[in-house]
Amino acid sequence: MISIQNVHKSFGDLEVLKGVSLDVANGEVLSIIGGSGSGKSTLLYCINAIEAIHKGKIIVDDVDVHSKDTNKDKLRQKLGMVFQQWNSFPHLTVLENAALAPRIVKKMSKDEAIEIAKKELEHVGLGDKFDVYPTKMSGGQQQRLAIARALAMKPDYMLFDEVTSALDPELVGEVLDTLRLLADEGMTMICVTHEMGFARDVSDRVAYFHQGVIAEIGEAKQVITDPQNPLTQKFLSKVR
Amino acid sequence: MTYEFHWNVVFQKMPELLNGAFVTLHVSVLAMLLGIVIAILLAIAKMNNSKPFCYVATAWVETARNTPALFQIYMAYFGLGAFGIHLSPYVAVLSALVFINAGYLTETFRGGFQSIPSTQYSASKSLGMNSIQVYRYIILPQMLRRIYHPMTNQFVWSILMSSLGILVGMSELSGTTQRLQSLSFRTLEFFIVAAVMYFIITKLVLISSSLLSRKLFRGEI
Repeated sequence: MISIQNVHKSFGDLEVLKGVSLDVANGEVLSIIGGSGSGKSTLLYCINAIEAIHKGKIIVDDVDVHSKDTNKDKLRQKLGMVFQQWNSFPHLTVLENAALAPRIVKKMSKDEAIEIAKKELEHVGLGDKFDVYPTKMSGGQQQRLAIARALAMKPDYMLFDEVTSALDPELVGEVLDTLRLLADEGMTMICVTHEMGFARDVSDRVAYFHQGVIAEIGEAKQVITDPQNPLTQKFLSKVR
Repeated sequence: MTYEFHWNVVFQKMPELLNGAFVTLHVSVLAMLLGIVIAILLAIAKMNNSKPFCYVATAWVETARNTPALFQIYMAYFGLGAFGIHLSPYVAVLSALVFINAGYLTETFRGGFQSIPSTQYSASKSLGMNSIQVYRYIILPQMLRRIYHPMTNQFVWSILMSSLGILVGMSELSGTTQRLQSLSFRTLEFFIVAAVMYFIITKLVLISSSLLSRKLFRGEI
């Protein structure tokens, strides 16, 4: 379980998270929506300690993420993350991209790491791309590679940061299908997204972020189709 | 009246010319290796927040890049000589080349490092890698292929610039050529052969560098 308790985070004088509290249960899919600058991506970066927080607590499976005693590299092994810019490693083949972290971080043998990498790449539909270099692939394929690369670490949670925002429109579908597949398999997911249809159909709950706080959170269909907060109503009327 | 070429004189002196060529290669390789080591330190210093280190590195880079190589060699040989520090021609030329190489390579390294997007770092961290692993497996391999060809250029430059050793009586290829032609008066022949030898040396360097790069770097950037 991921438990976010009254988290505050500032960049210089700018406070981007102003007291966010949120629990995500195992097996749950939570989508976070909101305008740019509302703090939704920052929250993801705070959950796996890529960004520090200034107040509050984030607990992942009884581990205080931001405590000085926490081994953050070890913690990140169970928190897979996929970014808006897919960030494939351009000097490694698709297979090497996915096998690297299991081999050097989890200290698996080369054969074991390759086996897991192959399995996850097939999982996201890249079974025919093992020896290709990522720069030769489309954005959608590179994004699915990023998902497989994270899954190869066998994470308990997956964090998705606007993973379809940088894609050409015709490539969005294949990535969303992959996310859907993971959700169906029971993966615990937090998805920052601008895809309202995806948020409504795939997630259990949706949270609407506005200026660093959660303005509304509730069952997915209700928040998207029948928002209670006027701010959510205004936001949704603009993105539709 | 037409000039009559007499190549035999030159070919008789081939062993000495080859010896000069060896010294040329020797001093350039050494200047490159030492230059790389110092440039790594200077690049780190330049990217460091600590002011004194940054100033020293900046002064070094700016001097090396904005003054003639000839001046550097004169300073090392005659300039230091005036203060009672007498370097041999070889050491004077070597220090000048190291000084300049380090200056140019600092900027190459800094640029190469800064050209790797910081998102590569966060993506690697998110997979659980520690900082050393991120540099070892992700940042440095990508950086190396970006700075590889500029480094080759710098090496070729060193080889050609070492010919300035002629001015302080160093017996590298140009110095040897100078001495031999003044003994035989076959100026044109000796310098043509020396030019061909420079050409062959640098061509060989470029070809082997390109072959090596194909072995080292697969894939695309």
